[in-house]
Amino acid sequence: MEQRPSALLRIAAPLRSLVQRFMYLGLIAAAFGLMLVGKIDAVLIDRMRAEVTNAVSPILTALSQPVATVSEGINTVRDLALIREENIRLAQENANLKQWHLVARKLQAENAALQALLSSVDDRKPRYITARVVAGTLGAFSNSLVINAGAVDNVKKGQAVLSNQGFVGRISIVAKHSARVLLANDINSRVPVIIESTRTRGIMAGSNANRPKLIHLPPNARVTPSERVVTSGHGGVFPPGLPVGVVASVSDSGVEVSLFSNYHKLEFVRIADFGLSGFVDTSAVKPGAGEKAAKPR
Amino acid sequence: MNAVFWQRLDKAARSITPFGLTLFLVVLSVIPTRIPDYAEIAPVLALMSVYHWAIYRPNLMPLWAVFILGFLQDLLSGVPLGLYIIVFLTVYGVVLSQRRFFAGKSFMLYWLGFGIIAFGAALESWMLASLWNLTLLKFETVFFQYLVSLGIFPIVAWIFLRWQQALLGQDEDAS
Repeated sequence: MEQRPSALLRIAAPLRSLVQRFMYLGLIAAAFGLMLVGKIDAVLIDRMRAEVTNAVSPILTALSQPVATVSEGINTVRDLALIREENIRLAQENANLKQWHLVARKLQAENAALQALLSSVDDRKPRYITARVVAGTLGAFSNSLVINAGAVDNVKKGQAVLSNQGFVGRISIVAKHSARVLLANDINSRVPVIIESTRTRGIMAGSNANRPKLIHLPPNARVTPSERVVTSGHGGVFPPGLPVGVVASVSDSGVEVSLFSNYHKLEFVRIADFGLSGFVDTSAVKPGAGEKAAKPR
Repeated sequence: MNAVFWQRLDKAARSITPFGLTLFLVVLSVIPTRIPDYAEIAPVLALMSVYHWAIYRPNLMPLWAVFILGFLQDLLSGVPLGLYIIVFLTVYGVVLSQRRFFAGKSFMLYWLGFGIIAFGAALESWMLASLWNLTLLKFETVFFQYLVSLGIFPIVAWIFLRWQQALLGQDEDAS
């Protein structure tokens, strides 16, 4: 009887380590399996992601506020040092803008008169939903934000997300009280754009780097730096004319766009509901697949 | 008997703190900080936690816990599902097999160990993400993220070490 526990232990110890080793390999295999499932059935994974994010979003909302206060404090200290330069810059900008204001009013009146003459159809006026950014990941692997507005607030997949500076991205996953925004520089993002002055069309494709690239430009298109890029409205996903960015550089490796929106500073975003339905059946379309299919050949 | 019950409850509560703390770090790492240029290179805080507890208290951070933490990190941060599960599990496995090398040595060695492990993890995550997207992603960003986590590690590790001394007492697990 004295011998039994030790004998048992002698068998049990290697057995335990064997089971643990199997469990370890099993879990790694399960993780690879999940990756594969994500590649094959993105909708399933998206739904799971939406549910989990939705469950955590109250915590994220609660935590993001003190964090915002602290970082605001840091930024205030930084800004204090630059307050004089900033003031001079703003005064100059204000003078410039006053000029533009006059021009814009004149053009607006002229535009209204011409539109009345031609009896042209008005673009649809959007309804805006404002939401707080509660989580976000930028970097080499993924560029997305989580906002605290969801299906109950009328947020729908595919809607354009804007900041006060310009286009931010589009809604990629919607849950009940939260939604995920795919940023314009994410590797899965494709946005049909147009160069404002030359009306050259293209697709702005993200690469998880800071600056997305313009692809599918016409063969003899001439693009020069500092030209403004706006959404073109092709494919019916986004309305035309949303400010996106400026052409930052033109080289052999491609045309890079510097975005107007500063992703680091986003605290609130507006989701624009233009009543467009670019994605015909959103539940059956893989994120990105709808846009990839819409790419001009 | 009552005292025994409370003692057990107390012990159980202390034992789940490593997991709870790591869970908190997972959530914390997706909160937007709004510090310019920091978000791209914000470190994966939970990785430090997995490294630490795999060395000092692997019994309080079992395999399934590592799996769940990786799963949540993937879902919340929006990376391909499975990526951080694999990375966390690899780190856990490697550290556990080399535990004798790390445990009870100087802080510098413990930090150096993290430097090596975290570089492997960065390389692994970059390869997995590139494979998943079928394109070579920028390694530069991943590398800077690695450097930042190397710099932040002593602060996080110090908190863990203090936490461990205050709440978990001496090492009871000799395996």
